[in-house]
Amino acid sequence: MCGIVGLFLKDPKLEPKLGEMLTDMLITMTDRGPDSAGIAIYSGAKDGLGKITIQSAHPEKDFKDLDGDLHDAIGQPVVMLVKSTHAVLEVPLAQIDAARSALAHLRPDVKVMSVGDCIEIFKEVGLPKDVAARFELSKMKGTHGIGHTRMATESAVTTMGAHPFSTGPDQCLVHNGSLSNHNGLRRELMRKGMTFETQNDTEVAAAYVSQKLKEGEDLGKALESGLEDLDGFYTFVVGTKNGFGVVRDPIACKPAVMAETDDYVAFGSEYRALVNLPGIENARVWEPEPATVYFWER
Amino acid sequence: MQTFDLGKEGLRALNSALHALKGQTNMTDWEIINPRGAHAIAAGVDAPVDITVRGSTGYYCAGMNKQATIRIKGSAGPGVAENMMSGTVIVDGDASQYAGATGRGGLLVIKGNASSRCGISMKGIDIVVHGNIGHMSAFMAQSGNLVVLGNAGEALGDSLYEARIFVRGTVKSLGADCIEKEMRDEHYVILEELLRRGEADAKAKPEEFRRYGSARKLYNFNIDNASSY
Repeated sequence: MCGIVGLFLKDPKLEPKLGEMLTDMLITMTDRGPDSAGIAIYSGAKDGLGKITIQSAHPEKDFKDLDGDLHDAIGQPVVMLVKSTHAVLEVPLAQIDAARSALAHLRPDVKVMSVGDCIEIFKEVGLPKDVAARFELSKMKGTHGIGHTRMATESAVTTMGAHPFSTGPDQCLVHNGSLSNHNGLRRELMRKGMTFETQNDTEVAAAYVSQKLKEGEDLGKALESGLEDLDGFYTFVVGTKNGFGVVRDPIACKPAVMAETDDYVAFGSEYRALVNLPGIENARVWEPEPATVYFWER
Repeated sequence: MQTFDLGKEGLRALNSALHALKGQTNMTDWEIINPRGAHAIAAGVDAPVDITVRGSTGYYCAGMNKQATIRIKGSAGPGVAENMMSGTVIVDGDASQYAGATGRGGLLVIKGNASSRCGISMKGIDIVVHGNIGHMSAFMAQSGNLVVLGNAGEALGDSLYEARIFVRGTVKSLGADCIEKEMRDEHYVILEELLRRGEADAKAKPEEFRRYGSARKLYNFNIDNASSY
């Protein structure tokens, strides 16, 4: 069992409250997944700048002078915002790849959570309310975001095993369920050049979608392809720079509820997660159909 | 009328109060406010009382119900009226998966749609769905009636025993050993009564339905197959 929440805003007036709304939804899903929690939030793309979100088990050591060291390595200024075990690095887009390779060299123990124009991912082990407080998630602004509370079933309770998983620029995926063909699929994706951080099944699904997007499919088509190639139980919620997608396997035993108003599209593993959203009383509320792809793009 | 604010007093207090109602009571009319999708609301009630839930519910609302009439003025999460024994449960909105699963008696009415596995393993319950039902509904259903005014999803009545299924709309596919059967006079009588009790008689007439049931090939031991076991 795991809990998923997601919010895709249509009304820009709600953007300052995205973090607050998502945090409330996330904490409501604590009893579906008390062992770790995470959130991906899309916000504030700046011209010519990209973001790398990193994580370290020893932030005081690893993050010390990291902005300066990276500046020296890539020859461009880097802005670093540290939040507990994570830090967001703002790097000129042209130097993103250089910054990543420099990072691997300068701080080999640092893990990259996400890379992109506007995605930031924060995830840790612990109760969702503690994870949310540690990263001050409720203060975050943005256009859309996805959260996950994890009850681990097939791989260890670690920071890297928590969701969301990001395997491509501005992409993320969260999962409730378990896949049965992830080992074979991981090998295939590795042959195509994808790299993996964990033994986790969800990371394979994320990488699968990233590979399809890289091959030129749009989000909807990539999720359609997944219905053919991914075997097991899943409700996935997927984020891209401009999009938000949902798909359930054909058996659809992992729960899902969606709500849509003129102001937002919301996802919850249970209706409980949606009850505090503005205007929920008059929202269109429905259960997504099995083996059916839903996606919204702006 | 007893009004219970679930947001203030909590689920355990609610269910303790409802479970304390035994035999004769003056507190026969209950209203539950602020359900906010909570789980197990009014599960395990065993008294002839009327309960109205003002909003949507989470997992297992009205589970194991005996005698009570429970109305949900919203939608219901997974497993509504699961293993109901008797009484009536009416959902004004939609119901999530496995509504009325394993129910042994009583009547479950869903005025919206029910999702997958509606009436799975039903054992005597009657279920009336005004809208559609999802895939694998009435899987291994043993007895009782499932009435659907809308359409049915894939694999309807798979591995069916002796439950009756009546569908007015289309059936996407029938499960193993489930076949269409003729409507006989007795079925029109049963259906008319169920539509009336299910508050659906103004919406549909018995003549508009088709009946599905077991071909009885799967659950009877066939001596010719003895060597296969």
